[in-house]
Amino acid sequence: MLFEYIDSMKNTIAERVFDFLKDFPPFDCLESKDLEIISRNVTIRYIPKNENVFTTDEEVHDHFYVVKDGAIGIFRNKDKVLVDQCDEGDIFGLRALIRKGHYILNAEAIEESIIYCISSELLENNITINAKANKYLLASFVSNIRNPYAHENIDFLENQVENIQQSKTHFTELHSVSYSKDPVTCLPNVTIKLAAQVMSSKKIGSIIITDAEKPLGIVTDKDLRTKVATGAFSIDDNVDQIMSSPVIAFAKDITVAEAQIAMLQHKISHLCITEDGTANSKLLGILSEHDIVVLQSNTPTVLIKAIERSSTDQELKYIRQGIQELLLGYMQQQIPIPFILKIIAVLNKAVIEKAVLLSLAEMHSPPPVEFTFLALGSQGRNEQLLLTDQDNALIFKDVPEEKYTETKNYFLTLALKINHKLNTIGFEYCPAEMMANNPKWCLSVSQWKQQFHNWITTPDKDQIMLCTIFFDYDFVYGDNSLVKELSESIFESIKNYNIFLNFLGLDALKNPPPLSFFRQFLVESSGEHKDQFDIKSRAIMPLVDAARLLVLSHNFKEHNNTVLRYQKLAQIEPQNKTLYLSCITAFQVLTKFRTLHGLQQNTSGRFIDLKSITKEDKLKLKRCFTAIKEIQQLIQVRFNLSQIL
Amino acid sequence: MFPWTKKKSLPEFWMNYANHFRTKKKLHLQTTRFVIFDTETTGLHIKNDRILSIGAIGATSQTMNIGDTLELYVKQDVYNPKTAEIHGILKEGSMTRVEEKQAIVFFLEFIKGAILVAHHAAFDISMINTCLKRLSLPKLKNKVLDTGDLFKKTTICPDKNKHYSLDELSAIFNIKKQDRHTAAGDAYITGILFLKIVSHLIQKRHFFIKDLFFRSNRKGLL
Repeated sequence: MLFEYIDSMKNTIAERVFDFLKDFPPFDCLESKDLEIISRNVTIRYIPKNENVFTTDEEVHDHFYVVKDGAIGIFRNKDKVLVDQCDEGDIFGLRALIRKGHYILNAEAIEESIIYCISSELLENNITINAKANKYLLASFVSNIRNPYAHENIDFLENQVENIQQSKTHFTELHSVSYSKDPVTCLPNVTIKLAAQVMSSKKIGSIIITDAEKPLGIVTDKDLRTKVATGAFSIDDNVDQIMSSPVIAFAKDITVAEAQIAMLQHKISHLCITEDGTANSKLLGILSEHDIVVLQSNTPTVLIKAIERSSTDQELKYIRQGIQELLLGYMQQQIPIPFILKIIAVLNKAVIEKAVLLSLAEMHSPPPVEFTFLALGSQGRNEQLLLTDQDNALIFKDVPEEKYTETKNYFLTLALKINHKLNTIGFEYCPAEMMANNPKWCLSVSQWKQQFHNWITTPDKDQIMLCTIFFDYDFVYGDNSLVKELSESIFESIKNYNIFLNFLGLDALKNPPPLSFFRQFLVESSGEHKDQFDIKSRAIMPLVDAARLLVLSHNFKEHNNTVLRYQKLAQIEPQNKTLYLSCITAFQVLTKFRTLHGLQQNTSGRFIDLKSITKEDKLKLKRCFTAIKEIQQLIQVRFNLSQIL
Repeated sequence: MFPWTKKKSLPEFWMNYANHFRTKKKLHLQTTRFVIFDTETTGLHIKNDRILSIGAIGATSQTMNIGDTLELYVKQDVYNPKTAEIHGILKEGSMTRVEEKQAIVFFLEFIKGAILVAHHAAFDISMINTCLKRLSLPKLKNKVLDTGDLFKKTTICPDKNKHYSLDELSAIFNIKKQDRHTAAGDAYITGILFLKIVSHLIQKRHFFIKDLFFRSNRKGLL
């Protein structure tokens, strides 16, 4: 009898546990009956500061843990290095429980903590049976294990990232259409003549026949042509005799793709938008084929044509905004990042090329010699999605010494125009002045060679930075052979001064990834906390730098794109293939994250306020940090950098 | 064994309860079951006031087990509108209620063999004992710990002669106050307090169960 009563009794404490857990993954994915069972069976533990929850090599407990209050640090046993910090709602101690092995790390309270212990039985019966919760656990499990590139886990790494990401973004649906509200309607007993008069006066091609605000049918220009003008019906007949009925109706959240499919399927050009998506509810509006065509004006082909036709930088500015909208649409439609990168790169390049052409047209004379205009940095790597600074350079063919100043002045004037136009279009001036209108970045081939030779043979910090940016170039306009000549000479210089690669290596390691997240903070390896995350310099650039260095060390110069570089590396170093592939995943996840963030905030997306990101996002980012850490370790070993560091 | 006791007249549930206290087992701090509990009453008068609800949680010296809880609401004719403002329990509330006797049956079953822990335990124990007396039953047999007394054993207690309220100790030990003035909520807060005090005590030196019972200040509470 006691137990019967207990089953039905109110359990205030369990309710509080429930209220706490329900906000955190994976518990937020669970059915409430499962979460209730878990909440009613949690054990609460108090851990004073500096005491262990478990220690390395300890036999696995029959629990995993959730931090309720306080903070638990996960430490490596041998050197007491902090590996992770868990705060309210974080899970730990799961790996050993799943693996049924020993603990490989120490868990110690950094602050006095209260933790919930959840038994393996609950885990099995009430959590892992839920596919979504299970995915989260596996993902968190993968992000915490020592080597996430082990073969058995690679699938998680590649699949889970995308899955979790998709479930959480706010753009899970396709773009919904905008339809014409307040459509013109008439009653079924109106004459065809009157309906046609209304259509003519309102300059519309269709009219909806309604009864009590519900759409009965539709009469279009085509009906008038095929049914009335042919004499089949008289203009004094009622419209309901010639209307197409029933109408095809949809709810207002119909997506572009759905609308297109419906129109094709039913061979019609108009859809009714009604309150509940059936013809039996109030008519809200009408969606015509034309509306869809207007929506789709931001396609790559349309934009490319517009770029070709444009004649001022102002026009290009609007086209660039169209590109931004296209990007937004792609992100919303979950188009894969590599595809988006390619399309946007082509469009950006076309815009820059057009800016060069427009500037050339403004010059009083044609260029005295051949020249090349290059995009550098992220533009050069074809990895620019959001508008960022412009980085570019100009190379012109060698001229006799007496003509050098005159020639250089010509190209500096040209470059000034180009840089100005790009700025108008939306590519802001580079604060470091890495632009073609800077006399240092507008040189003849021989001068460039000399400059690079100096940078490579006497490397210092700033010059390394200049070099790195120049290894990522993309030819935009002009004579490609000049670039080839220059880059061959650069590779020659590198070959003779191998130590240069070590300097490049040092540069690639200057930004180690952060360790983890803790509450509203980013935890640095030093233990320092920061409340903002510079995703560009702390996560994306380290991956870019590493790819560049490794590719250069193999003497490959064809690839100037991070993903392509890692793919090439995976090919030539099969033993490190999994690491390189995980770098690609990390790079794509980070790029997507940055782009979404930038689009939401209307910024370059570079600085991320940690308050704005969810636990899932943090987990996702944390997994990327692991890839960065691994690739940096590889570089450190390969280039023997621990001695120099 | 002792023929002069009223053994025969006592009901079975009491005998079941009492049997758990017959053998003297050696108690270990790590394995002993504690029951942290709190009562909400119609007032502070031991004889005239009645228990409205009991909240109790099973615990060890380091953990509290939510799966091992008891939350009882008791049917009472005595009702005090003034204290209702504090605990929020209405005379005819929507909670499933049990008769007082039934509540005692459940409670004894739940606490058998355990060490009871409460804040200012003397009051709660007296309330229960008065209740037992009404039912013609002996007093509780459990060992009892008072978190107010336990706190005075710690080095952080500023004044050994003061009575510390649950609110004051919650503030000292940085415990979030949730569901305050419900029996279950106060039992939970008392439970966290108990875990924190015990961990504080065992940090200082090796501690045995009997040490918990040794009173530094033997003046009673009531």
